[in-house]
Amino acid sequence: MNLSLCALQPNEEAVVLELPKEERIANRLREMGLLPGTTIVFVRRAPLGDPLEIRLRGYSLSLRQNEAASILVKKREA
Amino acid sequence: MHPKKHFKCYAVVGNPNSGKTTLFNALTGLRQKVGNYPGVTVEKKSGQFIGQHGEKIELLDLPGSYSLNSHAPDECVTRDVLLGLRSDTPRPDRILCVMDASHLERNLYFITQVLELGLPTIIALNMIDLAQSQGIVIDVQKLSQELDVPVIACQANHQETVLPLKLALSRAEINRSSWAQKLPSPWMRAIDGVAAVWAHAEEKTSQRDPLLRMKSLLLLASPDAEIESLSKEMRAGSALGIALAQRSMLDRELPLWREVLVSARYDRITELCQAAQGRSSVASDAMTHHLDEVLTHPLWGWFGFLGIMGLMFLSIFVIAAYPMSWIEATFGFLGNLVREMIPQGDLRNLISDGIIAGIGGVVTFLPQILVLFFFIGLLEDTGYMARAAFLMDRVMSKVGLHGKSFIPLLSSYACAIPGIMATRTIENAKDRLVTILVAPLMSCSARLPVYALMIAALFPKGTASIWIQGAIMMGLYLFGTFTALGFAWLFKKTILQGETPVFLMELPPYRCPAFKHVFLQMIQRAEMFLKRAGTVILGISVLLWFLASFPKKPSSDARNGNTPSQNTIASATSDKAAQLEYSYAGHFGHFIEPVIAPLGFDWKIGIGLVAAQAAREVFISTLAIIYHVENDEEHPDSLSTTLIQEKRPNGTLVYTPLTCLSILVFFVLSMQCISTLAVVRRETNSLRWPLFQFCYMTGAAYLASLLIYQGGRLLGLM
Repeated sequence: MNLSLCALQPNEEAVVLELPKEERIANRLREMGLLPGTTIVFVRRAPLGDPLEIRLRGYSLSLRQNEAASILVKKREA
Repeated sequence: MHPKKHFKCYAVVGNPNSGKTTLFNALTGLRQKVGNYPGVTVEKKSGQFIGQHGEKIELLDLPGSYSLNSHAPDECVTRDVLLGLRSDTPRPDRILCVMDASHLERNLYFITQVLELGLPTIIALNMIDLAQSQGIVIDVQKLSQELDVPVIACQANHQETVLPLKLALSRAEINRSSWAQKLPSPWMRAIDGVAAVWAHAEEKTSQRDPLLRMKSLLLLASPDAEIESLSKEMRAGSALGIALAQRSMLDRELPLWREVLVSARYDRITELCQAAQGRSSVASDAMTHHLDEVLTHPLWGWFGFLGIMGLMFLSIFVIAAYPMSWIEATFGFLGNLVREMIPQGDLRNLISDGIIAGIGGVVTFLPQILVLFFFIGLLEDTGYMARAAFLMDRVMSKVGLHGKSFIPLLSSYACAIPGIMATRTIENAKDRLVTILVAPLMSCSARLPVYALMIAALFPKGTASIWIQGAIMMGLYLFGTFTALGFAWLFKKTILQGETPVFLMELPPYRCPAFKHVFLQMIQRAEMFLKRAGTVILGISVLLWFLASFPKKPSSDARNGNTPSQNTIASATSDKAAQLEYSYAGHFGHFIEPVIAPLGFDWKIGIGLVAAQAAREVFISTLAIIYHVENDEEHPDSLSTTLIQEKRPNGTLVYTPLTCLSILVFFVLSMQCISTLAVVRRETNSLRWPLFQFCYMTGAAYLASLLIYQGGRLLGLM
């Protein structure tokens, strides 16, 4: 099932399928290790709902909903 | 021009949060110089240590970076220094890479890029203890073999583990890594194409030169929107044109070329990690996980946040107040001592009222700066700073700022100077600048006495309950805060617009703070403030003293009736008042009266405003002199009582509620602090921004007061 990264629930694992179209954003995400094929875990939302925290490659990254909305992922069944 | 240097210079590079600066501190101790890179608000730190053979070894601590292909201003500095493209900083001879052993995979991405630059490199595998405690086992030898450079395990917070690293850094010869990232052939051809242009231009350099190849790769890979952030030299000549042509070739032959560039490197790193890193099945950072469950919890997170912020804020206000009063007492004592020792005259006044009072004025800021930087050091070192930004980002993003702007703005309630110095934790240059520009709008503690006095004048005894007075005080703070946020929003929309930077922030694991590192940072900030801003502040204090003391009023027997003061009682205060009125400052007060009259201010308030440029609270002592009030602490109300009775030449009251309100609003908004301007000048590395700040704030203050006073009169208020 393909969905936006924002739609994940805490502790759900997913594989990245597509990065945002805007090259500037996609470049920054790739450089931080977020690539198509990378496995991520959705950790939590900030108390006010934005930004989000995800785990990838052994570290925690926070990103805003704005950017996360156009990252397409595929949920991994537990 | 430079004498040939006899010592080696290492650039210290690594990911943010890799313990790079702690290691730098451990290696160099106090032998450090902190400055700025010209033209950008990025800090330049260099230091030295004595190598094994008694030779000097220089270290340059470059800003933390995640990739050579990132485009944040700090990371651009790191990239350009490493590529030898900054005219103010010579290309280092060697590189010391700092790698966080508990985050090998992501750290290696940047470090393998750096290895490809072809400089002799040593890798410090930092936080090895932490990695071990998390069940991560690293085969250091294997890693060193694969990367083809020395890898030395260490713990930056334990001096004895740093010794082997010092020995390694003292080596006469260090090899250059043979690590080279393999890319699909279209990519290689594209790099060849661009590198050939430069090789041709520079003649003696080969097309295979690693530096040229990395420059070519970066020119090809930079997103169009950010190509401007590359150094001019890289975009000059025909290289850019060739690069664009090569890009269209790549678009045709390898549609996913941008992705391939990154994934090829990560794939190889994953392989390397599998070979050199063993992970026990329970490898995880349980402490960080548990702490975050609480500290970023929708409810408990706020309790923690409010508790920590409240403690920090109260410490700046309350704890710093003690040393501040000692400092004031000491300088007051020194001033009196001088008054007793030196015969009466201009020299005595210059030393006691000009220089000693000026130095005292500078030093009183120190306790607040030290306390704030103690907390900031703790918050950064423990990893909570990123959580505070995580919690507050939603609020700050509403006005286009980053969560990290919150702490500098909060600190500015105590004093804008440490607040502005704290903006160094904000990576994004535009966000940092906007935060600096609006920080002085947060009502600082120097405004508090002015607020108190004017509120007292607004409500003569008994006419308003303490609640209403409190509410007005609160209203002034809120007014300042919302104006600050409003201007931040406006600046982000107008003069500092541009693409919103991509907000990506690492949430580093919680760690035990290294107190040595925290204290070192406190001392550095204090030293920087004293050296750079302190001298300017002192100079201006002396200048203001001069303006208020000269020209000298003729002594009373030579008085020929041209003094405008009404009833001259032969007392010290009235002499002082007459002198002040006669001085340049007094003349200036008269001179600006037509300008400030529409705000409801007379020339006496004008003198107060001129004097308040040194510091806002000086307004009160100046008014006290003008109105012949002994400003003693036992009768704090005496001044406000005098003010209420003060009349204009036409017999109407000066301090009507409307004038008081106008003064209050003026003080909330206007930029009346030379010390802050001196710090802004230092932090932004330009004269333009402090000038702009002065103009916009004072302009806004003038307009707002004008609106209130004239609007109020139109409505028939007094």
